[in-house]
Amino acid sequence: MWSFFHKLGSPPWLYSIAGTILRWLLPITLVVLVAGAVWGLLYTPPDFRQGNSYRIMYIHVPTAVVALAGYYVMAIAGAISLIWRMKMADVAMRAAAPIGAMLTFLALVTGAIWGKPTWGTWWEWDARITSMLVLFFLYLGVMVLYDAYDNKEAAGRACAVLSLVGTVNIPIIYKSVDWWYSLHQPASIKFTGESTIDSSMLYPLLLMIVAFYALYTCCLLMNMRTELLRREARTGWVRRLIVEEGKG
Amino acid sequence: MHPVRRQRLVLVVFVVLFSSAAIGLVLYALRGNINLFYPPSEVAAGLAPVGKPLRVGGMVEKGSIVRDDSSLRVSFRLTDYQSSVDVVYVGILPDLFDEDEGAVAAGKLNANGVLEATEVLAKHDENYMPPEVAEALKASGHDIKGKPI
Amino acid sequence: MYFDSWQAALVMDGHGGFVWAAYAITTLGVVWMLVYPAWSRRRALRQLAVAVRREQARADSAQGVR
Repeated sequence: MWSFFHKLGSPPWLYSIAGTILRWLLPITLVVLVAGAVWGLLYTPPDFRQGNSYRIMYIHVPTAVVALAGYYVMAIAGAISLIWRMKMADVAMRAAAPIGAMLTFLALVTGAIWGKPTWGTWWEWDARITSMLVLFFLYLGVMVLYDAYDNKEAAGRACAVLSLVGTVNIPIIYKSVDWWYSLHQPASIKFTGESTIDSSMLYPLLLMIVAFYALYTCCLLMNMRTELLRREARTGWVRRLIVEEGKG
Repeated sequence: MHPVRRQRLVLVVFVVLFSSAAIGLVLYALRGNINLFYPPSEVAAGLAPVGKPLRVGGMVEKGSIVRDDSSLRVSFRLTDYQSSVDVVYVGILPDLFDEDEGAVAAGKLNANGVLEATEVLAKHDENYMPPEVAEALKASGHDIKGKPI
Repeated sequence: MYFDSWQAALVMDGHGGFVWAAYAITTLGVVWMLVYPAWSRRRALRQLAVAVRREQARADSAQGVR
């Protein structure tokens, strides 16, 4: 158990294991992503009220769900780097921010495109939509704050505190549609009780959610590898790696 | 656990709890303003300001939609099954606007308690199903939540 | 396929523009999320290789090998 954590703290081990995982996970992710998108776009029935516009759900819901979950990844990595001063946690936090920002952006844009044909508006200052916009700014804030510091250790600490403070937004986003009167509808997939979505539409949606979690993992590992190379540029293992890559 | 690390852990927990409490209090103080719309019963109770821009949301009452023959003028009633609010609107309605469906109307309440809307949005719920399933439910006398009518 | 033809799948009863635009933007975003880290890692490796070679050359000349 503890030896695993010590290995996690070892940059060369993390760099190579991430490479091995990516070699398998990346092709699988792409296949599942394309399969899920084609299923949702072409092989599901239309909705009885919304018609075909509801097909945007197959990308809107997964991007939003993973954007929320990804925030916890960033915040927990930030907490670990604050408490245990573990460098790899700092690398993970730094790697998670741009992915989360992109996913939140996609959720907002696809939501706006979906809103026009169904609600009749691109944007409304509704509790759900506004709190999602706050999430986007939190991700951007962490990215900008990190770049603003010259001392990267201080930058990591500041970003960790900002992401920890921002965690309060996640339950707000999640519960906003229940706590306040909003234009956005409540969740269709329920952890307790029956989901209010027909199974012919639920399965492709679940597949797309899995695909986006896999995509998140791939992007996180790829960003972490780049970050590791940058930070460890002066070490022996990176030198050996470059010599090997140069030969290949 | 090392005392220094324990101290940092306490600090992290404190930061999360303190910021949550602070934001929670702000949201509690603003709770009325975060709601996108007033339900009709709050309008009926006089909680909604007259002559100020606001939104009213509810279900479009069955049989209440009256369309003008010569213009885009339409009137309908929004209800939460306790009270209802009359709405008049001139403009194009969203595709999903229909009776027995959710809608949010933005505008000003006039002295007669009628909402003069400048924008009407359709609100859909969290139920998704193919048209055939919806037909079958209706034919067997159930609503979209699968409950007998 | 649910649709009768590719034409129908493109139009989607008038919602095609919205649906396909949303999928197109998401595709661009996902491609960017995958291509950018791969590209930046490659660039980092290249820059490091140049730095290592330069250092090597400096060390060699200091020793008077050349």
